[in-house]
Amino acid sequence: MAEKISLSKKERLSVALRSTFLQGSWNYERMQNGGFAFAMIPAIKKLYKSKDDQIAALKRHLEFFNTHPYVASPVIGVTLALEEDRANGAEVDDAAIQGVKVGMMGPLAGVGDPVFWFTARPILGALGASLAMSGNIMGPILFFVLWNVIRWAFMWYTQEFGYKVGTKITEDLSGGLLQKVTKGASILGMFILGSLVERWVSINFTPVVSTVKLSEGAYIEWDKLPAGGAGIKQAFEQYAGGLSLSPEKVTTLQDNLNSLIPGFMPLLLTLLCMWLLKKNVSPIIIILALFVVGIGGHLIGLL
Amino acid sequence: MNIIQMILIVVVAFLAGMEGVLDEFEFHQPLVACTLIGIVSGQLVPCIILGGTLQMIALGWANIGAAVAPDAALASVASAIILVLGGQGTKGVDTAIAVAIPLAVAGLFLTMVVRTLSVVCVHQMDAAAEKGSFKGIEVWHIIAVCMQGLRIAIPAAALLVIPAATVQGFLESMPAWLTDGMSIGGGMVVAVGYAMVINMMATAEVWPFFAIGFCLAALSDLTLIALGAIAVSLALIYLKLAESGGSSNGGGSNTGDPLGDILNDY
Repeated sequence: MAEKISLSKKERLSVALRSTFLQGSWNYERMQNGGFAFAMIPAIKKLYKSKDDQIAALKRHLEFFNTHPYVASPVIGVTLALEEDRANGAEVDDAAIQGVKVGMMGPLAGVGDPVFWFTARPILGALGASLAMSGNIMGPILFFVLWNVIRWAFMWYTQEFGYKVGTKITEDLSGGLLQKVTKGASILGMFILGSLVERWVSINFTPVVSTVKLSEGAYIEWDKLPAGGAGIKQAFEQYAGGLSLSPEKVTTLQDNLNSLIPGFMPLLLTLLCMWLLKKNVSPIIIILALFVVGIGGHLIGLL
Repeated sequence: MNIIQMILIVVVAFLAGMEGVLDEFEFHQPLVACTLIGIVSGQLVPCIILGGTLQMIALGWANIGAAVAPDAALASVASAIILVLGGQGTKGVDTAIAVAIPLAVAGLFLTMVVRTLSVVCVHQMDAAAEKGSFKGIEVWHIIAVCMQGLRIAIPAAALLVIPAATVQGFLESMPAWLTDGMSIGGGMVVAVGYAMVINMMATAEVWPFFAIGFCLAALSDLTLIALGAIAVSLALIYLKLAESGGSSNGGGSNTGDPLGDILNDY
């Protein structure tokens, strides 16, 4: 029997780096197949010496594949382990390898999408964006660095994990861990979304509901202030003491809504968007419609 | 703008285009793409603000399975270029955002075209595999990525060729009611992205957490990091409680839900 061939860390790292380009030739026919084959090349070169075996391996990995691009890493890890066994003469046929790939990609995509696209990215993005909106360069830097550290650590360690445990990982997946991660991510995500809706969706209704004349002493009497710095000081003191800036108390529609619960209208708007999306209205149509509403509402003085 | 800056902008556009499909380094996210264009064009601050504002709108744009989201790459690159050419500084941000939205649709269309063209590349890979040619597979894979890069680089280059005066003239000819209205619209558009995400995640079980987050966010003393810490704690507590609740009721068909049991018995 020939000497056992195994993949060194160098080849595994090379595969992981190449898997960064997993979606490069994403296509409507077989999706990530080109990228998967592209990533596997260093391993195939090492494991199979005969041309026929190489050709068979390449064709095997040009079959349909599609999952979330980061959780593809554990799948690649397991596939590497299987290919290694096969190269060493174990009875691993094409169907087994294909079965593992297809069997893992579905459930893993179900984790990758909520965890990365719907939890990590919105949270890191909102964190970076809230800094960036005041012109702070730390916003983009923070987002970029954190994201790539998390991504790369995840990709490398899950690929190594997949390679080490081989096919056992499929049993792990049916355990509760995966479900727990997904549920934890959705709790985190929903909480943050709730706060984002309150903080960042802005609707301001400008119509004046009431104008009440305030009693004397409840507002700053500008004409009675001393001139110069002393007057400004006194004005600030009075303002801090709760006096109003003008003799009338103006209540806009927005003030009334805010006293119900701040962010009530943004919440309604978000629920409306959700409903429209469920009715299969394209998000682009909704976005364009909101711009039209914004312009129209501004013209008639409502917004 | 000198020729070196123009070349660098096209390079940034190329990276953004590649990332638009790869989704790895996140060069196509507005926060990153706009900032990079700001760095190479020398107008850093307005571009960062544009990036931050667009990022808020694009938070929920994600490619799920075979479905393709509105394209953040073209939207951020082109609107940043328009902002730079317009020369209005931070005042131009609102207009640039309004321009970005139709561009996101155009970019979506372009990426679908390229993703269809990539089918041809994959067939070339099949042929290469048949001959056992590793090089062939690698080359065609790289060609496919480059097509995605060009998808953004070409429109960006085209925008740069348009004289700055034309862009400025166009932006200045927009009346105030239109730009004000658009920025009001921009404040509401954010909701669409959130709605997309909520639709993907919402179950009856996690809605209460949405409500808690919504109410706590009204306290402006809490930063996003503080809110994040609360959210993580709640998630951990919930998972722990769910687990211990589950184990004490372990075995049998008992769901640990008294109301459910009553309904079942009924």
